[in-house]
Amino acid sequence: MAVLVIAEHDHGALKGATLNTVTAASQCGGEVHVLVAGHNAAGAAQAAGQIAGVAKVLYADGASLGEQLAENVAAQVLALAGSYSHVLFPATAHGKNVAPRVAAKLDVAQISDITKVVSPDTFERPIYAGNAIATVQSADKVKVITVRTTGFDAAGAGGSAAVDSVAAVGDSGKSAYVGSEIAKSDRPELTAAKIVVSGGRAMGSSDKFNEVLTPLADKLNAALGASRAAVDAGYAPNDWQVGQTGKIVAPQLYIACGISGAIQHLAGMKDSKVIVAINKDPEAPIFSVADYGLEADLFAAVPELVKAI
Amino acid sequence: MKILVCTKRVLDYNVKARVKADGTGIDLAGAKLSMNPFDEIAVEEAVRLKEKCAATEVIAVSCGVAQCQETLRTAMAIGADRAILVETAEELQPLAVAKLLKALVDREQPGLVILGKQAIDDDCNQTGQMLAALADLPQATFASKVEVAGGKAKVTREVDGGLETLEVTLPAVVTTDLRLNEPRYVTLPNIMKAKKKPLETLKPADLGVDVAPRLKTLKVSEPPKRGAGVKVPDVATLVAKLKNEAKVI
Repeated sequence: MAVLVIAEHDHGALKGATLNTVTAASQCGGEVHVLVAGHNAAGAAQAAGQIAGVAKVLYADGASLGEQLAENVAAQVLALAGSYSHVLFPATAHGKNVAPRVAAKLDVAQISDITKVVSPDTFERPIYAGNAIATVQSADKVKVITVRTTGFDAAGAGGSAAVDSVAAVGDSGKSAYVGSEIAKSDRPELTAAKIVVSGGRAMGSSDKFNEVLTPLADKLNAALGASRAAVDAGYAPNDWQVGQTGKIVAPQLYIACGISGAIQHLAGMKDSKVIVAINKDPEAPIFSVADYGLEADLFAAVPELVKAI
Repeated sequence: MKILVCTKRVLDYNVKARVKADGTGIDLAGAKLSMNPFDEIAVEEAVRLKEKCAATEVIAVSCGVAQCQETLRTAMAIGADRAILVETAEELQPLAVAKLLKALVDREQPGLVILGKQAIDDDCNQTGQMLAALADLPQATFASKVEVAGGKAKVTREVDGGLETLEVTLPAVVTTDLRLNEPRYVTLPNIMKAKKKPLETLKPADLGVDVAPRLKTLKVSEPPKRGAGVKVPDVATLVAKLKNEAKVI
């Protein structure tokens, strides 16, 4: 049986998380199909067909799918899910919103945030903020899964799958989109960036946060992140939070500035390839995971770093 | 309008989870267990809605062992009016909890169900969405703002990249994100008052729900350890190491 990946997209283009999910799907056995459920999303559907390893793209085009409401997207997935052995979503805000609805309607368990496919029915997933790894086995007929994107490489290009249209579901009528405030930024996306510069409570204010960290992020073409303490204090927007309950990142380089390193923050960044910690407290737990620790006042060290790079 | 609010008893937020030596799970013996922090936010939000007269009764629910009564007493100390414990010693997975909650939704007919977005033990982030699907209700997950008026809830949600606002027709399911509110401290008089509030105990069989686990945990292991690296004396050394040793800039 084939494996179905639910694409994450903005209609015009695919989101990067889809590529990591395709890699996880290709390890589950069977052909990989990708569902693009959207409105005027031919661009995303074409792009899905070009992912290496994808055998078929299913494209559902309807106004009901324009705002990606959970009720409608779940219904769209359910219309197709019966003929698949696995249904995989990226573990993004959108994937996590929709996947459990699909699983419950199929009367199957959902396996959240997998980081490894051990075999087609057995998976590894972090629990307790990544302080433990559970290996779980599913006996359900359809395995509904969300994929932690940092656990899998992005699938490459080079595919040439056909795009088949499927009928779009109607609107549930119970939920309506009102609006959104999505920050526009030229920076790379936090979860996909190669370098992340992150600030903690020691930044002291929103102004200082921007004044000190923005030049470093600009110089390195890095995304900006923050600890929960910094977000709670209002120094950085909510969606910059890295940690158990925020974003999970695994960049090539993670620079933690004035972050002490609470368990729940480490859960969100400890799979980074290289970690740099700048903190004036020699006892800060962040130093226990940092490849390079610099015990210094960040307000002097970070500007110096900007000049030296 | 009634609000049903769901709470889970988990290893306390401040306690580090230790993997059992035999790899069967997490060692909870003697450890401090508390209400899941996201559920505390859910209870607080429900109580605030009642205080704003958007609701008439707040019912707290927990599913699990007999000690979950303590969690429910905490919910009632925050301000829930009564509580229901679905008691079982069996391991409960999100699908089973969602089915138990669906049975309670059928019985209590709440206008709103509020749950934490995820429990900090299994980190599943499933139960609210599953309940919404089983009860055929609209959902607004990861809420950072909830306004109830005219048979609808306007909910601002935390999504990747920013915020999104939805309007859902009640009854509906809302799950809470971190910044929806700051739960109040429970006071001693309210803890005493909570002891006198009604707490009903049911069994899964009373609700006609099969709670048998669907996923089998084969093993639980420590994550790969990340060794501490080196301390560098100054910025120049750091830049040299990043360029020549790590080759990441």
